[in-house]
Amino acid sequence: MIKVRGLTKDYGARRAIHNLSFDAQQGEIVGFLGPNGAGKTTTMRILTGYMPPTDGEVIVAGYDVVEESLEVRKRVGYLPETVPLYTEMAVFDYLKYMGDLRQLPNVEDRVDEVLEMVGLSDRAEGYIANLSKGMRQRVGLAQALLHKPEVLILDEPTIGLDPGQVVEVRNLIREIGKERTVLLSTHLLHEAQNICDRVLIINKGKILAEDTTANLQSRLAGAERVALRIRGEADKDLIKTIQKVKGVEEAEIKGDGLVEFEFAPGKDARPEVAKQVVQAGYDLLEMRPLGMSLEEIFLELTSAEGKKK
Amino acid sequence: MKNIWTIAKREYNNYFNGPLAYIVALVLLFSVGAFFVYLTLESQGRAIYGGPPLEPNFLNVVFVFLMLFLAPAITMRLLSDEARMGTLELLLTAPVRDYELVVGKWLGSLLFVLSLVLFSLIYPIIYNNFVDPHIDYKLLLSSYIAVILIVSALLGLGVGISAMFSNQFAAYFIALGLFFILWFVINFPANFMSSGGELFNYLSVANHFTAINNGSFTLGDIVYFLSLTALGLFVGTTAIEIRRWR
Repeated sequence: MIKVRGLTKDYGARRAIHNLSFDAQQGEIVGFLGPNGAGKTTTMRILTGYMPPTDGEVIVAGYDVVEESLEVRKRVGYLPETVPLYTEMAVFDYLKYMGDLRQLPNVEDRVDEVLEMVGLSDRAEGYIANLSKGMRQRVGLAQALLHKPEVLILDEPTIGLDPGQVVEVRNLIREIGKERTVLLSTHLLHEAQNICDRVLIINKGKILAEDTTANLQSRLAGAERVALRIRGEADKDLIKTIQKVKGVEEAEIKGDGLVEFEFAPGKDARPEVAKQVVQAGYDLLEMRPLGMSLEEIFLELTSAEGKKK
Repeated sequence: MKNIWTIAKREYNNYFNGPLAYIVALVLLFSVGAFFVYLTLESQGRAIYGGPPLEPNFLNVVFVFLMLFLAPAITMRLLSDEARMGTLELLLTAPVRDYELVVGKWLGSLLFVLSLVLFSLIYPIIYNNFVDPHIDYKLLLSSYIAVILIVSALLGLGVGISAMFSNQFAAYFIALGLFFILWFVINFPANFMSSGGELFNYLSVANHFTAINNGSFTLGDIVYFLSLTALGLFVGTTAIEIRRWR
């Protein structure tokens, strides 16, 4: 588990992280979401014991990162943003070296195991220099998993992977997240939506929002919005038909047979709208919810932050 | 302690992945070999007039003189390259103490040079078969102790300097400059001083090496080299700690 209270980090005169507080429990995957330079990497570096904080308390896996740095480092698996690898080494030798540094028993068996997990068993003897970016990413992930860490910290884990590998790595992370604590950073909002139980939105070293992905969406989207498509062009009569339905607050033509309407949360007007539209003689082709995506939430939060200043 | 050994072992093996190790070995063994030929011929010439043969500890002067240039090349990338490639982040987030990292790197480079030292033993052994009376074994032992001590100090300082830079060439030239000052320049002021010159003479690497190499040394000479080694490793560890804070 991770417990962060009042974390602050200054680089010289510049304050990179501003009084950050959050928790992550065992069996939870927490997403760290923010634009470049938001302080994600700095926070992760502090959590892994790479650099000390300027102020605040950070407890990882039950140990203080400043006072008991070595104990923390034993229990944390870390995949840095730019995957650091000794390119002149073979994959197996590299992982064995990292395992030896962690003084793992039966290192070689464990290396075989993690190579299997990340799907690189057939490249074990190959030199890292000859691997593609996606494969290197997976070697880095294997390194982070070697010692079965209680806490896994992944800085942009799926960057540079092809779509197939992205799915594999996400499944792997989900699997690991069932028993351990995973903190991952990403600037891909759908990724956070996809694998994280909870999301922390961070910008300029401050947390803007913290909630489950589902809650974040409903919290920010005041009403539920639905898109409806009919065959042919939508006309004003259609809008009137929809607006007559109880609960519908707003309806507008978006062109090309597309209409969007909103209804108050909790008063699902969709079945009635569908019935009325069909009765009025329109061919209903499609009706889908337009939940506010994390993209929109994110833009809203970060721009609101900008406006305050 | 185990971590020091793990790191040293990797560094040692790593030398043979690139051309540097072979170039260094070639330059050292070839140059010492050339002086070996000279030494043999000179002793032969002396034998004609019934003179005693030269002692082979002279070969180690050649070895050490070359190490002034080669030691910075051996140590330059040890920590600077880790910083440049980002692998330092990996090591500093692994359960490895900062000093274990620095000492491990130093030990790896020392083991590499010691293998070359071991190789160079071949010359005095062959030489011993040519000369009568045989060479002075005690003097030879003392000479090799001198080599090991000075190499340990040079590599220690080199590792310390490597930790301060992210550019290996910067590390090379700073270390080279330092070694030249320590060998040639530092005792210079003593020549112009009526008193107090002992300090500058004491700081000279060359004086201590020559003393041990010639078999007439004090505990102070040994302490000098061990202190230099410790200083280098301390500077290296501090440099790594400073990197964390930046």
